[in-house]
Amino acid sequence: MTHILSLTTFAPVLGALLILALRGRSDTGKAPLWIALATTLITFGLSILMLAGFDAHGAGFQFVEDAPWFAKVHYAMGVDGISAPFVVLTTFLMPLCILASWTAIEKRLTEYLIAFLILETLMIGVFTSLDIVLFYAFFEFGLIPMFLIIGVWGGKNRVYAAYKFFLYTLLGSVLMLAAILAMISIAGTSSIPALMHYSFAPGVQTVFWLAFFASFAVKMPMWPVHTWLPDAHVEAPTAGSVILAGVLLKMGGYGFLRFSLPMFPLASTMFTPLIFALSAIAIVYTSLVAFRQTDMKKLIAYSSVAHMGFVTMGIFSGTPQGVQGAVFQMVSHGVISGALFLCVGVIYDRMHTREIAFYGGLAEKMPWYAAVFLLFTMGNVGLPGTSGFVGEILTLTGTYGAPTPGATWTVLVAATGVILSAVYALTLYRRTMFGEVTNPKLANILDLSVREVVIFTPLIFGTLVLGVFPNLVFSLTETSVADLIAGWRTVAGG
Amino acid sequence: MTSEPLLITAVFAPLAGAILAGLFGRRLGDRISMTLTTGLLAVSCVMSWTIFTSFWLGHAEPMTLELSPFITVADFRTAWSIRLDTLSAVMLVVVTTVSALVHLYSFGYMADDPSKPRFFAYLSLFTFAMLMLVTAADFMQLFFGWEGVGLASYLLIGFWFKKPSASSAAIKAFVVNRVGDFGFALGIMTVFWMFHTVRFAELFPLIAAKSGTTWSFLGYDWSALDLAGFLLFIGAMGKSAQFFLHTWLPDAMEGPTPVSALIHAATMVTAGVYMVCLLSPLYEYAPVARTLITLIGAVTALFAATVGLAQNDIKRVIAYSTCSQLGYMFFAAGVGAYQAAMFHLFTHAFFKALLFLSAGSVIHGMHHEQDMRKMGAIARYLPITYAVMMIGTIAITGLGLPIKGFEIGFAGFFSKDTILGAAYASGATQPLGYFPFLIGVFAACLTAYYSWRLVFMTFHGTAKWDHEASHEDHHSHGADDAHHGHGHGAFKPHESPAVMLVPLVVLAVGAITAGFVFAKAFVGEGRAEFWRGAIFVAPSNQLLAKIEEAPTWVGLAPLVAAILGSLIAVYVYLLHEGMGKRLAAKNGVVYRFLLNKWYFDELYQATFVAGAKALGDVFWKVGDQKIIDGFGPNGAAWLAGAFGKLTGKSQTGYVYHYAFVMLLGVAGLLSFALMAWTR
Repeated sequence: MTHILSLTTFAPVLGALLILALRGRSDTGKAPLWIALATTLITFGLSILMLAGFDAHGAGFQFVEDAPWFAKVHYAMGVDGISAPFVVLTTFLMPLCILASWTAIEKRLTEYLIAFLILETLMIGVFTSLDIVLFYAFFEFGLIPMFLIIGVWGGKNRVYAAYKFFLYTLLGSVLMLAAILAMISIAGTSSIPALMHYSFAPGVQTVFWLAFFASFAVKMPMWPVHTWLPDAHVEAPTAGSVILAGVLLKMGGYGFLRFSLPMFPLASTMFTPLIFALSAIAIVYTSLVAFRQTDMKKLIAYSSVAHMGFVTMGIFSGTPQGVQGAVFQMVSHGVISGALFLCVGVIYDRMHTREIAFYGGLAEKMPWYAAVFLLFTMGNVGLPGTSGFVGEILTLTGTYGAPTPGATWTVLVAATGVILSAVYALTLYRRTMFGEVTNPKLANILDLSVREVVIFTPLIFGTLVLGVFPNLVFSLTETSVADLIAGWRTVAGG
Repeated sequence: MTSEPLLITAVFAPLAGAILAGLFGRRLGDRISMTLTTGLLAVSCVMSWTIFTSFWLGHAEPMTLELSPFITVADFRTAWSIRLDTLSAVMLVVVTTVSALVHLYSFGYMADDPSKPRFFAYLSLFTFAMLMLVTAADFMQLFFGWEGVGLASYLLIGFWFKKPSASSAAIKAFVVNRVGDFGFALGIMTVFWMFHTVRFAELFPLIAAKSGTTWSFLGYDWSALDLAGFLLFIGAMGKSAQFFLHTWLPDAMEGPTPVSALIHAATMVTAGVYMVCLLSPLYEYAPVARTLITLIGAVTALFAATVGLAQNDIKRVIAYSTCSQLGYMFFAAGVGAYQAAMFHLFTHAFFKALLFLSAGSVIHGMHHEQDMRKMGAIARYLPITYAVMMIGTIAITGLGLPIKGFEIGFAGFFSKDTILGAAYASGATQPLGYFPFLIGVFAACLTAYYSWRLVFMTFHGTAKWDHEASHEDHHSHGADDAHHGHGHGAFKPHESPAVMLVPLVVLAVGAITAGFVFAKAFVGEGRAEFWRGAIFVAPSNQLLAKIEEAPTWVGLAPLVAAILGSLIAVYVYLLHEGMGKRLAAKNGVVYRFLLNKWYFDELYQATFVAGAKALGDVFWKVGDQKIIDGFGPNGAAWLAGAFGKLTGKSQTGYVYHYAFVMLLGVAGLLSFALMAWTR
């Protein structure tokens, strides 16, 4: 178990190498897909093994690996209660992404799978690195495969979207890189646990906080730097959207929890009102924009921004309910929005359009699909019993009790999101599923295939099980979040 | 006394039915799915009555069975549990009884529908959510049930999803309820931070100490308990369709009629009343919030009754009647007579479910006609429906003999009388004075009028259906209320099959007897023993005892009002048929105002719906596209566009993209590695 994290992190790359070895042979057929699927399943198994050995009550990081790399930089790995759920979320979604690409990818399948597997390694690495340089490397290099996935296997405007995605996130992280270098030079270490306990001077904290904020706010994304997301989603292939919404967005929230709060507690307190304001605006603004969308994926993308508003609000509430709710909301959103993009993928694969107006009346033709889509729509709306509810109610509750002036105003505005999400999500559902089938092209549309049922089944269970027994996640996050909050509060008061 | 397996079965049997019929309905077939769900519901119903009886006879003790933790985050601790006391026992029998009868009734009513397993699965799912709601021991499970019934309601209103009117009514119901839940959620959060618990058993003993304290919310200091009470009540307003948030209920009539009877009359819409009564320990110390409840309740009772006067759709009349009766329940709770509110909830469940299912029988017998102007003179074709409809109408109008110590009457007579008596008794002490009492008496007159109007227009007078109804088929085929294969041509109203009549008769028995059998326990001298603390009444609140002291005319007033309303209806619709139409034409403005439901839909459409659309468009097309994309990442986007144009021409251009990206990434890594190295 000592190298379980390295194993989990790099297992996907091994699979990628295997696929690479097969390249060039003429009749590989479905072999690369099977290899990719097996690789991601093994990786998932490894992460579960890690989880099984995880001591939920243990403080600090676990499964720590540490070896000098170059200069002060170490190859350091470890997970705590905050990062562990994200590792599992990533490994959970990947096999489903491979399955979702089974027939949808028509060109350069091998390269596509390699990109995905490398991306998985990089994503897991983000959550497992305990060295800030290592973290940055994973964080930044993750852009490349994602850029390629959008830019090569995307839709009509893929190049525009890929660059918008790339430049937005790159510009954000340039500032973070500068801050990281400065931090290392000031603190004399690049170790994340050490930096978490280092006290930077207040003025320095402010600068660093803003630099990290630039990167994480774009990643989340927060209003008003969210406009890359709808374009990226619309152009990305289905599996790309699943990963984008399911994992990549969570890196922003994870970054706030891992870096901003523990390393710059004074600045975090200072900027909490800003975060609250941006979160509340994001929720109302993007929900209303989502309501007016005509493209299914764009609608769900905007709804993602709104849901991330609950996350940022909860993180900076600094209450156990808010922070644990935020982690939960990220996990839950990873499952639900991933599932929603897969739902869009189901009919996109059949009809090759995401235009809402094209559809209508699908409930009659595809009753099982309608049921699945309904479940995830309800999850998106935050219906109790689904995981979507738990994150929303806890982030709201946590923010209500935050020691920040104007916290209850934030809650009041943010809580209108529960009305607005019902408006846009149910309108989407109605316009695609209900009514008579008027489009003759839909006359012979088929209900879910066996492969699609296999994809959705774990997501359905995930949504419901986490919705009914959310303590599965909270028992993991409890100790780490309590430590995080205690650390923040002893420095910053409140 | 009450065993755990009994309880668990009572609550979870409907869920089992819903899952079986929902997932395997097509494999099991219609017959088995229907029988299975109905059978499981019957099991649940029998057990509920067992539980209720033991409470009624005083054998059972309140208890809470904890099944599993739900959310545990620091002091925010909630659990899946089954709370059993008199209050939940009353709700158990109401819910399972009406639900079981509605299941049975649907055998006949939905006989020709192609999606029977789905319908029965939804009905059972609803029942389960409602049972979770009423047996909740904390706010989170209450909210789970609360929104769960909302989901079931959404699914059932939109059951005939091909009909645009049905699917838009379904969304409207969900969204308007969400507006209420927005307030409800804020209320729960307020309670949590005020008391650091969301569990009722922990919360209730702490409340009295907070009386008179203030609470900071939105930068203002509010009376703590009043704020919490008011926010929670917003949730009740949505669920129970009270004034301002009532607009979804009439539209909900798009659902099949059995659904209207179960959800939109007897059970779900009463959840708000139940919640207020359950939280009586809070509301007893929240006088301002209670005054608001009284006001909203009274206004709703009056408003909905006036709208009911002018509607022509048989189901909409009953829908507004429900809305109005819920108003009665709320102002009863508002003045402090929670037991009376629960009693009316109980009796109302019987007679209102009866009225709805009878209306369903009429619609069924009239070959899916719902417009009362196209009915008339069908009493002899549907004799049993007619008889039970009469019983239901007598029950709702509250006709009876108010002789002290020897009251005789149907269900509504007892409960409505108690409510009005309590409203009168509170008149001297509460801020609204005798306003609720007067409204209640006046609304009783209107209730009698529109209820009899319905009966007369439907069953009496001349037949208006012989040629019109057979050809004017308003609804599309296949998606119809009670669509069945009669086809066109020869048209004759017919009585419904036995499977539909049996539930009607059972409910009719309830509508006759529920009042005098249970009056003593709910609101009479047996009430302390019956409720056993499930409803909290402050020592200063002696309302129910004071009813006895009221002058005789107080007891007579509602009766006189009801008789007056009935007589006017007899005069206008029975003796001078066609006079209603002439009256409507004469009072054009008033009539149109009532017919259009005080123009609430138009108002909301013009403000909230249009506003949300306009804002969404502005944020999207101006905010995102012009301002943010235009100014913010202007350079980046332009660069990307230019780059795309440059390379887009040749397919091989992608190689350059890769190279460019790789270069940037590697350059970044190298630069920081170098800089780190030099330190």
